[in-house]
Amino acid sequence: MRDFYGVTLETPLMLGTAQYPSPAVLEDAFRASRASVATVSLRREAGQGQAFWQIIRSLGVHVLPNTAGCYSAKEAITTAHMAREMFETNWIKLEVIGHADTLQPDPFGLLAATEALAADGFEVFPYTTEDQVLAARLLEAGAKVLMPWGAPIGSGLGLNNRYGLRTLRAAFPDVPMVIDAGLGLPSHAADAMEMGFDAVLLNTAVAQAGDPVAMARAFALAAQAGALAHTADPMAPRDMAAPSTPVIGKAWL
Amino acid sequence: MKIEVNGEMREIAADTLEGALSELDWGTARVATALNGAFVPKSARADTRLQNGDRLEVLAPMQGG
Repeated sequence: MRDFYGVTLETPLMLGTAQYPSPAVLEDAFRASRASVATVSLRREAGQGQAFWQIIRSLGVHVLPNTAGCYSAKEAITTAHMAREMFETNWIKLEVIGHADTLQPDPFGLLAATEALAADGFEVFPYTTEDQVLAARLLEAGAKVLMPWGAPIGSGLGLNNRYGLRTLRAAFPDVPMVIDAGLGLPSHAADAMEMGFDAVLLNTAVAQAGDPVAMARAFALAAQAGALAHTADPMAPRDMAAPSTPVIGKAWL
Repeated sequence: MKIEVNGEMREIAADTLEGALSELDWGTARVATALNGAFVPKSARADTRLQNGDRLEVLAPMQGG
């Protein structure tokens, strides 16, 4: 299994911490998901931050702070520095958003911020698209992990461009990759893992489900099944039928 | 002096960032700070002087995806 800046994850699931009905449901969903990584953010202190931090610490998982909501490289870089001090980790899920409706990454700002942060000792997890040229540039800039989107954040559409994701996976076979954003169903997570991705990152699909704890468990099982299937070398699909029951020895009736 | 703290104008007696945080009851809280858009590490708070009209951001751990 490919590692993430020297860290081998016990499970291929990274789970967001936002939008749960209550802190208790958040904790239960995390335990049910057996997620290895929790994503967190930084916002203006309004009284709840300290208690939230205690909950995250008690989960005993790796913490991956994000730069969600940043629309420029400068904003994202400053946020990353604040996150590094706050969460005492060099990991940063780097989001530089280019468009409010699609929350699509701004490739130019993302590249500039990746370059600056990698040079400054950060271990960058860039939230990117399936664009292969951008992927190559991000790797040149110092990223050692890529996080291509499945679909726009919070959309639940699954893998929007399976061809693009498959070719991205094939183009950089040694690079750890996480499908980040857009997953809505456990089958989407299984799909990503079957394609050879190393992990999936999701939030809304669990937090906004009618039963977040059950959905967390469903995603855990699906991601695990997909990962196992990938190592089992799946058969190639074909257009025509091929009988599975032996033809030889059939009775003359 | 008056400075903007997380988007609100506040009257502050202290003239360092460390003093201001203590005055605002964030002395021992787990927060990260930025002054006028630039990150100020914890180790530099005591030596960071405030000026009238400064814009201070005090951020805390929060839910995120």
